Amino acid sequence: MPIPHRRFDALILGAGGAGLNAALRLASADLRVAVVSKVFPTRSHTVAAQGGVNAALANVLPDDWHWHMFDTVKGSDYLGDQDAIEYMCREAIPTVYELEHAGVPFSRLDTGKIYQRAFGGQSQNFGGDQAVRTCAAADRTGHAILHTLYQQNVRARSHFFDEYFAIDLIRDDEGAILGALVLEIETGEPLVIEAKATLIATGGYGQVFRTTTNAFINTGDGMAMALRAGVPLQDMEFYQFHPTGVAGKGMLITEGARGEGGFLVNADGERFMERYAPRALDLASRDVVARSMVTEIREGRGCGPDKDHVLLKLDHLGPAVVHQRLPGITDICRVFLGIDPAEQPIPVFPTAHYAMGGIPTDRYARVVAPARHGPEEVVPGLYAAGECACVSVHGANRLGGNSLLDILVFGRAAGTDILRYVAENPNHRPLREDYLEPAIARLQRWDRTGTGESVHVIKADLRKLMEDHCGVFRDQETMAAGVEKLKALRARVDGVRLRDHSRTFNTARIEALELDNLVDVGMATILSALYREESRGAHSRIDHPTRDDEHWMRHSLYSRADDRMDYKPVRTKPLTVESFPPKPRVY
Amino acid sequence: MKISVYRYHPETDSKPHMQTFEIEERPGMMLREALLEIKVQDETFAFRHSCGEGVCGSDGMNVNGRNCLACITPIAELKQPIEVRPFPGRPVVRDLVVDMSQFYEQYRNVQPYLVRKDPLPEQEILQSPADREKLDGLYECILCGCCSTSCPSFWWNPDKFHGPAALLQSWRFLADSRDQATDERLDDLEGPYKLFRCHTIMNCVEVCPKGLNPTKAIGHIKDLMLERSV
Repeated sequence: MPIPHRRFDALILGAGGAGLNAALRLASADLRVAVVSKVFPTRSHTVAAQGGVNAALANVLPDDWHWHMFDTVKGSDYLGDQDAIEYMCREAIPTVYELEHAGVPFSRLDTGKIYQRAFGGQSQNFGGDQAVRTCAAADRTGHAILHTLYQQNVRARSHFFDEYFAIDLIRDDEGAILGALVLEIETGEPLVIEAKATLIATGGYGQVFRTTTNAFINTGDGMAMALRAGVPLQDMEFYQFHPTGVAGKGMLITEGARGEGGFLVNADGERFMERYAPRALDLASRDVVARSMVTEIREGRGCGPDKDHVLLKLDHLGPAVVHQRLPGITDICRVFLGIDPAEQPIPVFPTAHYAMGGIPTDRYARVVAPARHGPEEVVPGLYAAGECACVSVHGANRLGGNSLLDILVFGRAAGTDILRYVAENPNHRPLREDYLEPAIARLQRWDRTGTGESVHVIKADLRKLMEDHCGVFRDQETMAAGVEKLKALRARVDGVRLRDHSRTFNTARIEALELDNLVDVGMATILSALYREESRGAHSRIDHPTRDDEHWMRHSLYSRADDRMDYKPVRTKPLTVESFPPKPRVY
Repeated sequence: MKISVYRYHPETDSKPHMQTFEIEERPGMMLREALLEIKVQDETFAFRHSCGEGVCGSDGMNVNGRNCLACITPIAELKQPIEVRPFPGRPVVRDLVVDMSQFYEQYRNVQPYLVRKDPLPEQEILQSPADREKLDGLYECILCGCCSTSCPSFWWNPDKFHGPAALLQSWRFLADSRDQATDERLDDLEGPYKLFRCHTIMNCVEVCPKGLNPTKAIGHIKDLMLERSV
C-alpha cells in the first residue's frame, strides 16, 4: 500500500522549547507548519529545566550583554563561536521580555520586575564580582516556559502531530532535505511529511549514559537522523556532567540551589570548592565543579559508607528560602530521598546532563556541513536548533541558564530564516519515491522475525559502556577500549529481533528505533573524545591535562561513513565587538 | 512481589484481562521501575512514561483504584497485590495507554494563554510578588490527567464539562494580574455544563500528584461569575 503524503511549508521535528518557539514564529506569520513530536508537546524534556534562563536584564545588579558574552566565551573554554555568542547574548534581553509578554509566570522582585538569581560562571565587568543574571520561575522555569510556548501555539493554531516518531529525513539527489518519513505511534502507520524547510529540534541524548538527568525520550533521534543523511556531528566529545545529580539516581538538583547560597562539602565537612575555585567557589563553571567533586572522591574524601558522593548543603538557608525558591527540589528530595533539604544535605554526584555538541549550524540555525566550497556549506532546506544543534554557543562547556536561552533564541532564529527561505523557495521540490527507500528500509528492518538479542540488553550494555569509558575523566587507553567495545556492540544490533511486531502503540518498536540512534550518537561521542588530545571544558584527559590552543582550538566533525573525523576552525570574530582571545581559565 | 496489570491489545484481544507479573522489589523502588521490569519480561506491555520525576506528566494510571503518576509512587506505599489499570473513563488504546484527546481538547477550549490588549511595554509587564503568588498552585499543572479522569462529572459529560484540569488553567489566567480577557473567559464558561457540572466531589484534589486544588479554583471562578452578575 502506498504511504500517504502530506504537504506543509515547514516541518518541525520536536516540540520542546526550540521547536515550539520556531513554530510560534512561523504559525504567527500564517505559514502552514507541522510539528511532529513523539510525545505530547508538554512532555518534552524542556519541561524538566529548573533554574532559569540567562539575560542581562540588570534587575538585581548592574549587568550588560557584553559581560554575559565574555562569561559565555570563557565558559566555553574558547571553543564557542563568538559571532553566535554575541548574537545570543544580545538577543537574550528581548527574548526574555517576549516570553514574559507571552505569559511565563516568572517569579518577581519587590519592584515587580522579573526575579533573577546567581548562577555558575557569571561575572560583572568581564570577570569581576558575581553577576545575578538567571531569570527564574521558582525552580520550574523550563516547565513554565514550555507550557507557555505550547499555549501560544494553541492560540496560533500550529498543526501538531502528537505521538508521531520521525524515522528519517528525506534527501534528494542534490542533497536538499524534502521532509521526513514519520510513524504514527498509535496506529503504527507511516506517513510522509513533505516540507520546503525542515527543522530538527529533537533535543539531547543523555540516555546513552547509565546515570543521567535526562528523560527516557532523550535518545538523540534528530542527531542520528542528520548523521544518516550525511551531515556530520560537531564537538560531540563535549558532554556535560552536571555537578549535582542525586547520587546513584540521577535526578537533577538545579545549580540554582548553589545560586541561592547552597554549597558542597566532603566527608570532612570541608567546603572543598575553596581550594579549587577560591573566588567563584561553588559557582565556578560546571566542568570545574564536577572535576573537583570527582577528585575529592578519588582522593578518599567522599561521603557515605562507600565514600562515593559529596553533600550539597542547603540547611543554613532556612526553610523559607529553600521551600519558596526551590519548591521542585524540595519535592524531589522528599519523594526520592525521604529528606527535607532545608534540614538535611543532599547526596550528589556529577551526572550526565547535556550535549554541547550536535548538528553543526550557523547563527541562523541553518545546518552547515563540509562540501565542495568549504567546511560550512548550507544544507538546503535543513535547520537545527536547541540541544541537538551545535551553533556553537557552548563550545566545550555550557554555562547554567544558557540552554533555555539557546533553545529560545535559535528556535526563533530558525523560524525567522525559514520565513525567508520559504519566500525565496515557494515550491516543494519534486519527491521521487526512491528517495524514501533508506527510511523505509530502516523501519522495515525491525519487521524481521526469529530469535536474537533483545533491545533492552543492548541498550543496557551501551549505557554502561559509555559511563565506564567516556566519563568525567578520560584517557587514551580507556577510550580506545571503549571504541572497540562499541564497534562490537554496533555489530550486535543487526542480530537484535523484536518479539512484538504488532502495529498499535508498539513501544517496543519505538525503543528499537531509538536504540539505532543511541548507538550512532554514542559512537560519535567516544570517537571524537578519543581523537581530541587535550583537556578543554568538559573534556578532561588525564594523559593530556592541559589545553592546547595551537593544535586543538578547532571544532571536531564526526561523520558516520567510515567513522571519519574532520576539523574546522573556531569562529573567533564576533559581530560588532572585539574578539576575546583565549586566556587561562580560572574561577 | 506480585503486580497485576491490565492487558488489552486491540489486534489480538476481544476483551481486556489482568495479567500478574512477579517482580523483585528493591528499596526505594517506584512503580514506574517495576513496570519497566515487566516490560523487560514482556516487551509487548505498553505504557507511557518519560522523565521519571513527576514533571512531564506521561505516566498517569490507576493503581489500586486511585489515579497517580507511576514514577513518583513508591511501591512500598502500595497495598499488595498491586493492581494497575489505565485511567478510568477513557478509551483504551492498548494496555495502560488511553486516548487523551478529549482531555486535551477541553484544555484548548479554555483559551489557555495570556491575553493582553494594551500595547506591550518595552520591558516586562510589572507584577507584584503578591500578585504573582496568586498563580502558585495553578501554573504547576503538568496535564497528567489524573484529576479529570477521576471526576465523575467528566466521566458522564467529557464532551460538555471542561473537567478540573482545564478549569484550573482557566482560573490560572483569570487570576493573572497581566491578563485582560476576564469577560470573554467568563462568557465562555456560561451555561449548565462547562463549569457548573462540577459538584465538588473533590476526587481531583484527592489525586493530584502535584498537590494542586482544582475544586478551589472552580469555586473562585463561580464566585467571580456571581460577582459579575450582581
